[in-house]
Amino acid sequence: MSRARTILAVFVTFLLLFALTVERPFSSHLAYYYDILINIGINIILAVSLNLVNGYTGQFSLGHAGFMAVGAYAAGSWADHLSGGLINFLGGPNGVLTLSLKPFPMLQPFGIPIALADNFELLVATLFGGLLAAVAGLAVGIPSLRLRGDYLAIVTLGFGEIIRTLILNIDFLGAARGMSVTGTYTNVFWTFGFAALAIYIVLGLVNSTYGRGFLTVRDDEVAAEAMGINTTKYKVIAFVVGAFFAGTAGSLFAHYTGYLTPEGFNFFKSVDVVVMVILGGMGSTAGVILAAILLTILPELLRALAHTDFVPAFQRGLEGIIKIHLPPLQGLLENRLILYSLLLIILMLTRPQGLFGDLAGSRKRVATSASK
Amino acid sequence: MASLLNVDRCTIRFGGLTAVSNLNMSIGNRELVGLIGPNGAGKTTVFNMITGVYQPTEGDIFLNGARLNGLKPFHITAKGIARTFQNIRLFVSLTVLDNVRAAFNLHLEHGPLHALTRGPKFNREEAAIIEQAMDLLKIFNLDRFRDVMCKSLPYGDQRRLEIVRALATRPRLLLLDEPAAGMNPTEKGALMTLIEFIQEKFDISVLLVEHDMRVVMGICKRIYVLDYGITIAEGPPDEIRRDPKVIQAYLGE
Repeated sequence: MSRARTILAVFVTFLLLFALTVERPFSSHLAYYYDILINIGINIILAVSLNLVNGYTGQFSLGHAGFMAVGAYAAGSWADHLSGGLINFLGGPNGVLTLSLKPFPMLQPFGIPIALADNFELLVATLFGGLLAAVAGLAVGIPSLRLRGDYLAIVTLGFGEIIRTLILNIDFLGAARGMSVTGTYTNVFWTFGFAALAIYIVLGLVNSTYGRGFLTVRDDEVAAEAMGINTTKYKVIAFVVGAFFAGTAGSLFAHYTGYLTPEGFNFFKSVDVVVMVILGGMGSTAGVILAAILLTILPELLRALAHTDFVPAFQRGLEGIIKIHLPPLQGLLENRLILYSLLLIILMLTRPQGLFGDLAGSRKRVATSASK
Repeated sequence: MASLLNVDRCTIRFGGLTAVSNLNMSIGNRELVGLIGPNGAGKTTVFNMITGVYQPTEGDIFLNGARLNGLKPFHITAKGIARTFQNIRLFVSLTVLDNVRAAFNLHLEHGPLHALTRGPKFNREEAAIIEQAMDLLKIFNLDRFRDVMCKSLPYGDQRRLEIVRALATRPRLLLLDEPAAGMNPTEKGALMTLIEFIQEKFDISVLLVEHDMRVVMGICKRIYVLDYGITIAEGPPDEIRRDPKVIQAYLGE
């Protein structure tokens, strides 16, 4: 490991340790921003993991919300029905899990106690959700990955709908009533911790000789097979890793809202993630992260322009100006999702290759001019 | 001569159409063999059959005595048969170096977990692969393009890059599908020298499908002629040139 990387690793570790102490603020203004922050983290996990499937491996999946639902409901049932068994197994509520950090003041930065049991509970639930989603990914992936393009998209779309309908009909999971999840444990630390893990794993996989296999599957399957690359294996790996992280995102979502409905994981949720991947540039992790951030903030920014609640002073001033001088705009802002769609269309028209989609191309130009 | 590849009475039918009929073919070690025939004679089908893209309806294929029937294309490549394509099929979103690196995938010791932990073993292997890939590119004088996107290479260089990529899988038999297509006479001359050079330098056998008679007759030691899926002649170039059946197939009555 190079020196720069070590420094980066230490820096990220400290940042995450600091994040562990951040809690949802009581002030409703700050809580609103905190919620956006968590949403950004969850969307980054979703978009980066889908990018491995849709962007790097070129398999168009529309079932990401389905895997997220598997993770969310798995984590929810873990918290509601299953975790008691583990706690008892580990010596009851006063046993290992309630280990307090009080004897170690050094480990309590800024004097805020870390709720170790809550964090442990969240970690276990999230890994459980991720693993179950990965199993679902394997079960869906092996039979369907022989299909290509539109056909695969239809199959994965069907899978997402099957999951949603199944949940609607399983009473244990709350059916149409929805499911209340015990414990809103999700915090900045785990959300961005898992986002960092997803980014690290996707980039680590892709940026190696082994990982070039994912890209060759996208570019030309016949040629890849002729070069000795087991394309089916690569597709399944991409699908399973993607499903795992969709599952972890689902679990973090479950423990963040505390309430799940099957409708939250419908087709449009999958499309939201696909839009992030396409807008970011298929196969560009940095672009996809940026798109996930942008597309989470954008609807909220537009909301802020239409309503005065939770809006910082400078934006409130802007709203006043619009109200007085540009009354027709006010109506447009009320229908913020029209504006949101309009912005998406403009973005796609001006950058069809995605925000960062052409990085490889610009690198090429630099290289050619250097070799001349 | 001990034969490397043995195609034993192979037939391929697509529904009612017999694309290749009762083909017998053997290629020896370090032999340069040609496969010619008019358009639609079934030459590329033979390639696809040997490389596992199609399965023969009847008959067997052996490489060094091991049966290849039923194996997937990547398994066959692992056993030592590499190919190029009639229409260039490079990995268009990758650079020249990465195209070659991707082909090293086959002999990789590390798997996905090593790629994630990035230990010293992984770094050593990656460095070794890049060095070997660069050595291969240097032989073909493509090393100066290492970071160029392969789709922006000139046509002839793309064809040569496809050969480099095939060689990176360390084959014992290289199948070249119309490598001279779209080249001018000077480039064709250079290509002939190149194919002979590859055959000697890498100590491999080559099966060449080609339309250009000058190229095939100039470098192949033995030639098979296909017409409508049937082998109509087999032998050294001089015999093929005079064979009345071949002349008839190409020029008509």
